[in-house]
Amino acid sequence: MTSGLDLLPQAASANAQIVDQLYLAFVIASVVIVAAIFLLILVFVVRFRRREGNLVARRVKESTLIEIAWSGIPLLILMGAFVWGAKIYFDEAVPPADSTEIYVVGKQWMWKLQHPEGNREINELHVPAGRPVKLVMTSEDVIHSFFIPAFRIKQDVLPGRYTQLWFQASTEGRFPLLCAEFCGTNHSRMHGWVYAMAPAEYQRWLSGGETGETMSEAGQKVFQRLACATCHARDGPPLQGLYRRRVPLSDGSVVLADDAYIRRSIVDPASQIVQGYQPIMPTFSGNATEEEILQLIAYIRSLKNLPPGSLPANTPGGEQSPNDDTGPERKQQ
Amino acid sequence: MTQPEWIAEPQSPPSYLNDGYGWRSWFLTTDHKRIALLYLLSITGFFFLGGFFAMMIRLELLTPQPDLLQSDTYNRFFTMHGVIMVWFFLIPSIPTVLGNFLVPLMVGAKDLAFPRLNLLSWYLFMIGGIVAFSAIVIGGVDTGWTFYTPYSTTYSNSHVLWMALGIFIAGFSSIITGLNFIITIHTMRAPGLTWFRLPLFLWSTYSTSLILVLATPVLAITLVLMGLERAFGIGIFDPALGGDPLLFQHLFWFYSHPAVYIMILPGLGVESELISTFSRRNVFGYRYVAMASVAIAVFSFLVWGHHLFVAGQSVYIALAFSFLSYLIAIPSAIKIFNWMATLYGGSISFETPMLYALFFIGLFTIGGLTGLFLAALGIDVHVTDTYFVVAHFHYIMVGGMVVAYLGGMHFWWPKISGRMYPERFGQVSAFLIFIGFNLTFFPQFILGYLGMPRRYHTYAEGFQTLNVMSTAGASILAVGYVLPLFYLGWSFFRGPLAPANPWGATGLEWKTASPPPTENFEETPVVTEETYRFPVREEMLV
Amino acid sequence: MSSNVYPAAHFRSFDQQHEASELGMWGFLCTEILFFGGVLCGYTMYRLLYPQAWVHGSELNSLWLGAAMTVVLLASSLTMALAVRAAQLGQSKAIVVFLAATIALGVVFLALKGFEYYGHWVHHLVPGFNFSGYQAPDHPQVALFVVFYFFLTLLHAVHMIIGVGVLSVIAILAHRNRFSAIDHGPVEIAGLYWHFVDIVWLFLFPLLYLVGAHQ
Ligand code: HEA
Ligand code: HEA
Ligand code: HEC
Ligand code: CUA
Ligand SMILES: [Cu+2]
Repeated sequence: MTSGLDLLPQAASANAQIVDQLYLAFVIASVVIVAAIFLLILVFVVRFRRREGNLVARRVKESTLIEIAWSGIPLLILMGAFVWGAKIYFDEAVPPADSTEIYVVGKQWMWKLQHPEGNREINELHVPAGRPVKLVMTSEDVIHSFFIPAFRIKQDVLPGRYTQLWFQASTEGRFPLLCAEFCGTNHSRMHGWVYAMAPAEYQRWLSGGETGETMSEAGQKVFQRLACATCHARDGPPLQGLYRRRVPLSDGSVVLADDAYIRRSIVDPASQIVQGYQPIMPTFSGNATEEEILQLIAYIRSLKNLPPGSLPANTPGGEQSPNDDTGPERKQQ
Repeated sequence: MTQPEWIAEPQSPPSYLNDGYGWRSWFLTTDHKRIALLYLLSITGFFFLGGFFAMMIRLELLTPQPDLLQSDTYNRFFTMHGVIMVWFFLIPSIPTVLGNFLVPLMVGAKDLAFPRLNLLSWYLFMIGGIVAFSAIVIGGVDTGWTFYTPYSTTYSNSHVLWMALGIFIAGFSSIITGLNFIITIHTMRAPGLTWFRLPLFLWSTYSTSLILVLATPVLAITLVLMGLERAFGIGIFDPALGGDPLLFQHLFWFYSHPAVYIMILPGLGVESELISTFSRRNVFGYRYVAMASVAIAVFSFLVWGHHLFVAGQSVYIALAFSFLSYLIAIPSAIKIFNWMATLYGGSISFETPMLYALFFIGLFTIGGLTGLFLAALGIDVHVTDTYFVVAHFHYIMVGGMVVAYLGGMHFWWPKISGRMYPERFGQVSAFLIFIGFNLTFFPQFILGYLGMPRRYHTYAEGFQTLNVMSTAGASILAVGYVLPLFYLGWSFFRGPLAPANPWGATGLEWKTASPPPTENFEETPVVTEETYRFPVREEMLV
Repeated sequence: MSSNVYPAAHFRSFDQQHEASELGMWGFLCTEILFFGGVLCGYTMYRLLYPQAWVHGSELNSLWLGAAMTVVLLASSLTMALAVRAAQLGQSKAIVVFLAATIALGVVFLALKGFEYYGHWVHHLVPGFNFSGYQAPDHPQVALFVVFYFFLTLLHAVHMIIGVGVLSVIAILAHRNRFSAIDHGPVEIAGLYWHFVDIVWLFLFPLLYLVGAHQ
């Protein structure tokens, strides 16, 4: 990868270039400021060094004006810097609607990845170059942090919630993937590689996956194994068309049924009771691994709406919300 | 009374050093000056302990492969390095040594408001220190100094509880010290010593104390919750039990960001005293510099979220914290610029303390500016949890605070010990530290942006060159730090006697003998003019 | 031992000494506020997150017991205030009497609290040890509430115990005529502390016993 002497890591995404620009702007500004300060100090200490004829200091007139100036001007510069940095952060937070979704589970000390098409890999992430890729990430144990220097992006991966990260590799190639949040003994060995491949090649790689079954098919198996249907065919709310519907809860609030909501409904059902139902659903946090929960979600997402009319009367919600998939709010799930 | 000959020449006047020699006269003293010396010894010990861990870290990082230490050992070493350096060296450093010694002298009082509490705070500090040290001896802690949950509560099998207990106890010593300073500055000022006549060191000590008193309790309570969670699995931070690990991070940084200003404000105060004394000029824009300290203390409570930019907090909250982090840079800027204006037109000499003062400006500026890199959301996402951050805070904490501390120690050494230190040695070690420091930590900025994460026991081959430079620098730094240990130790017993005011400085502490008598002043001084009243020439600058 | 004629050696006057110790106590109370503040932040966050569970949780506590304790504490505040007044008038006897009353009320409060804890214990409502007493799907969140209940009330109880200890010492000193109309700082300081601890309870009571009430 890098020979110890280059000053910037390889840049393999549009975002990387943008971040580098901001960084270089900061470097130049800082060099100028530091140089100016050092130079002035040097001039002063030489010119005003203590010697014959300069044993007593001179009076220097103080002025409010100069104080205002040298706090105001930096403030202006900084506001500019703030806006620039914030813009980048905002774009990094909002993935394009058409992104390929890939699911990430971090555990001590490896990265486990699943593609919707069913392919699973460990410490290796294959992605199509030139296409936006969105990662939905969670952890089985402690906090990790998903870090791809070549793309200049990083996001902590927490147990018990989904965080997301998106990128678009601009060049094909192999880029290091690191864990940046201290997570125990082998924190420094929790690394892998991102392979950005031409889309066609990526498709070929996908179809070469070891199991033929997709994530939602895998999810269906889990759904049967855990006998969810015993209720969700009868006295539980139907799950068809649930995904991204607005669900009224018994405490009067209405929530968007996104990944996080469905996950919570499975591991911690009692925390959000759907209106018109009893809190009889048991928690499945023990019986399903994070990966299986992701598969269950994929399966529930795949359940399309039943033909109108065939829905039981007490079905919550109704109107499908537009695919406003990811407001930045998603970040705080 | 009879004195061992080494304390001072027999005819030397009575001072706090020669009134009483038994162990009780030290370990049961309520004299703020003796307590300051007790603190000096304790934190020096902790500094070298922390430095020892630092050296081991640097040696391990000489090569990409693990060779010197096991992974677990390495993790314990950087954790204990951080814990010791932050809570048992840098936070107490200037406040408890120079602060304890100088606050009463500078306000013209006989002692701090609560002398017995002051002694108590030292004992609490030592108890905390011993508990922490025993935690190290029985195997140490491997969570990082930030104790993030759920690793610290559920997964780490190291002595988290012991270490937390040690920090918890030491925290109360911080609170007491802070209270003591605030009350003393409020109520014990000598007649005529109005607020705007206070030396700037007192303004910064006052601001520091505000943070000590208001932030430390939150740390204490957070550690207790963390401990209970670890001991009983009560679930406050455990997602499996409905808790939220981010709550811990918010609570921790609500303390620890203000705490980082505890670790710079006293340095800024020392800086003002040094700059003005060695350029024989009143500090330019005194009121602005004073108010800047207070402003920093207040703002410091509003920016903790800038440590959580990628932790999973809301984008909008992140924006707010980034914005506030920029605002807090302004008071620091004001100080830097006013110091430069103080040099202008002065009569500048270059004794050791002034060398440190000048190095401070340079290193603190670099550290601060790189802090602004981190406050820029777009950049932080890439460099957070990399060596860029490590370099940033060492530039401020070592390049800033430790340098200011050494500068202050040399400056007030004649007052503390009644002896002069050897000037040449002082200047040499100052330069060693400056060179060694930059060689150690500048390469880490580059490493960070190249993408070398922190808390890494092994790293990619490509990073080795820069790491070797860093380790080489650390060795120079070590020499620079060990030197003062020897020549200051020597001068304490053998150095030439110091006059009352060797630097021609203003300020009440210089108006009494060196070393001062136990009661500080023969009679309570009366202040009639503002500080930093040096003679001036009415003469146009060209 | 009788009342001092001179302030402590390093003070210039009694006024200065009083000012210092009074301000000192106020400063200390500020740190105390942040002590409880940290926990209350956590409490609030989870209460917003799990409103239902908080209601269920608070229903596990006996409103009447809580109310009783509140009354007892308010009464103790009154007797404390009277003790301080007595000190200002230099009536050592009265000081002792009122302090004794305050201490007694404080002990009653602690007794009630102990009784309440005992109840939680026998009903298996102690998270971390045995929380089988509450069986419902929102078990974990309710456990969280009870954790906050125990943590906050224990923290408060510790303060009460310290307060009782301090007041006892002061009462003894007062009995030895240590205080006078000009020099009774310690009584006032202790009073400040006691009132603060009472006020803390006035916050805890609604937060831990009345969550459901306004639903
Ligand atoms: C003494 C300690 C200290 C001090 C004073 C500071 C000061 C600052 N710090 Fe630092 N910081 C730490 C200690 C400190 N920091 C530590 C220990 C960490 C890591 C903790 C961990 O994770 O382990 C950290 C981490 C840290 C982060 C999080 C990084 C991350 O983990 O992702 C951020 C982000 O905003 C930050 C920002 C700042 C800023 C903006 C300042 C500002 O206050 C700086 C202000 C000063 C200046 C700006 C220089 C002087 C100004 C001028 C010369 C004017 C120049 C002109 C213009 C600006 C136009 N710091
Ligand atoms: C607060 C003050 C402080 C100070 C003064 C220092 C001083 C130093 N630090 Fe420290 N450092 C931290 C605070 C500090 N550090 C913190 C908070 C962390 C984060 C920890 C974490 O991630 O949790 C950190 C982390 C940290 C790391 C990153 C570790 C990692 O992330 O993997 C490194 C690596 O180079 C480092 C190096 C150094 C060096 C070379 C010094 C040098 O300046 C030290 C020089 C001093 C000496 C070398 C002592 C000289 C004497 C001897 C060597 C003799 C030997 C002693 C005995 C036998 C008793 N520090
Ligand atoms: C004992 C019966 C029962 C079983 C078994 C059960 N559920 Fe449920 N489920 C319910 C009930 C009742 C509700 C509605 C009340 C609530 O929200 O808890 C519900 C709600 C849900 C919801 C939210 C639905 C909505 O409209 O918002 C999801 C998602 C869900 N269950 C998924 C599952 C999955 C996946 C499984 C199997 C792993 C499962 N459930 C097993 C009874 C059950
Ligand atoms: Cu996973 Cu560090
Ligand atoms: Cu900070």
